[in-house]
Amino acid sequence: MSTPFYVSPQQAMADRAEYARKGIARGRSLVVMQYADGIVFVGENPSRALHKFSEIYDRIGFAAAGKYNEYENLRIGGVRYADLRGYTYDRDDVTARGLANVYAQTLGTIFSSAAEKPYEVELVVAEVGETPEGDQIYRLPHDGSIVDEHGSVAVGGNAEQISNFLDQRHRDGMSLAEALKLAVQALSRDTNGGEREIPAERLEVAVLDRTRPQKRKFKRIVGRQLARLLEADGAAAASDGSEESDGAE
Amino acid sequence: MDFLAGHQPEMLPGNRQLPPTQGVIEAPHGTTIVAVTFPGGVVLAGDRRATMGNVIAQRDIEKVFPADEYSAVGIAGTAGLAVEMVKLFQLELEHFEKVEGAQLSLEGKANRLSTMIRSNLGMAMQGLAVVPLFAGYDVDRDKGRIFSYDVTGGRSEEHNFAATGSGSVFARGAMKKLFRDDLTEEQATTLVVQALYDAADDDSATGGPDVARRIYPIITVITEDGFRRLTGEEASEISRSVLQRRLEEPDGPKAALL
Repeated sequence: MSTPFYVSPQQAMADRAEYARKGIARGRSLVVMQYADGIVFVGENPSRALHKFSEIYDRIGFAAAGKYNEYENLRIGGVRYADLRGYTYDRDDVTARGLANVYAQTLGTIFSSAAEKPYEVELVVAEVGETPEGDQIYRLPHDGSIVDEHGSVAVGGNAEQISNFLDQRHRDGMSLAEALKLAVQALSRDTNGGEREIPAERLEVAVLDRTRPQKRKFKRIVGRQLARLLEADGAAAASDGSEESDGAE
Repeated sequence: MDFLAGHQPEMLPGNRQLPPTQGVIEAPHGTTIVAVTFPGGVVLAGDRRATMGNVIAQRDIEKVFPADEYSAVGIAGTAGLAVEMVKLFQLELEHFEKVEGAQLSLEGKANRLSTMIRSNLGMAMQGLAVVPLFAGYDVDRDKGRIFSYDVTGGRSEEHNFAATGSGSVFARGAMKKLFRDDLTEEQATTLVVQALYDAADDDSATGGPDVARRIYPIITVITEDGFRRLTGEEASEISRSVLQRRLEEPDGPKAALL
């Protein structure tokens, strides 16, 4: 009979984290950032049916990178949590903070339970406020921690590089077209520094728009509307682009 | 709802045990709801009165609610139960839409409401019935449709117009004489106000337009563009013009004899 090896808890956790990080890095990156009228979600997604972004509640959106079946599970759990909350109490009592806490608990429990493999997902929960100051963006890595983000956040494959790129260029009060352009620019940078083109059909874009008259602020931007927005920033790119490269230099 | 039934069954209206009671339970009741289709959509409207026996329980109750973007439900019967039923119905439609990423078909929505009414049968037997009217725009068929229900959850599709609640008999009579196939949206909204006026005229439990308190019927329109509730000014304008004409002709517009 073989005696089991002793593995220190530090080593075990490091291995699990490594496993989860590798899984997440295989997926494509996505970007969530604030613009003047709300929060925009941008990602590269060749599939029309399997969404990376979705609505959780009136003002709350969800974005995920990693393994589809795992984050879909978490998403449905989130919708259930939010709907049950809203029905039991009031629609205003469903907050991104509460939801992020539930996700953190779930992910943390799964991560540290030896019986289960850690989830290979990284989530973003965003809530749009009445004003830009009221916007909240939380990033939830695989281990159950919560990071309160401002301005912009990237998760997935080369998140770190994209985050750096965005941190340098993102500013408050961007228009939707500007924000979209910046996000696409960030996503189309390769790990080795080269650029590639992402066609509009491969983009998944959604917004939480605080100016929407309906209670539910989440909206997908598809087809013509997306093309129009991308074109609009193409026209603005000439003036905007030079400005930006000046800033970067 | 299935999740709720498993998770927190006490939250569902149908799962509550009622103590045995003698006679009728006194609770506010909502009264008349009317709906009429027109090319391109459907109008759903309701009066504002809730009664408890012979007492007016509330003058400005709201009995017409959006169910989702393309449908609305108007309620007659026990107000408390009906409002909760609508809340749960709205929740279910929204929940389905978010989880599945697509809206339920209009038939699907109507069937779901039917099940919910049926689950209330026990209460209905004790006098706490809920009888809604469901109207929506069918995006697949490009037209407005109306569904009416009975207390047992029996669902039937109504063509052209429908009414429910205590004043429904009179409202239906009025609509029968005023309806035509080529109504515009404005004409349809006027028609429902006329019908509600006639219902209020002959049914004591239905409230007419209250000019002194500025309480007018709730009128909602559902078209291809989705659900829209007429603003206070729009509703008051229609009600006032109807009222103005009624000062000259108390019984309203006359239909041709032959």
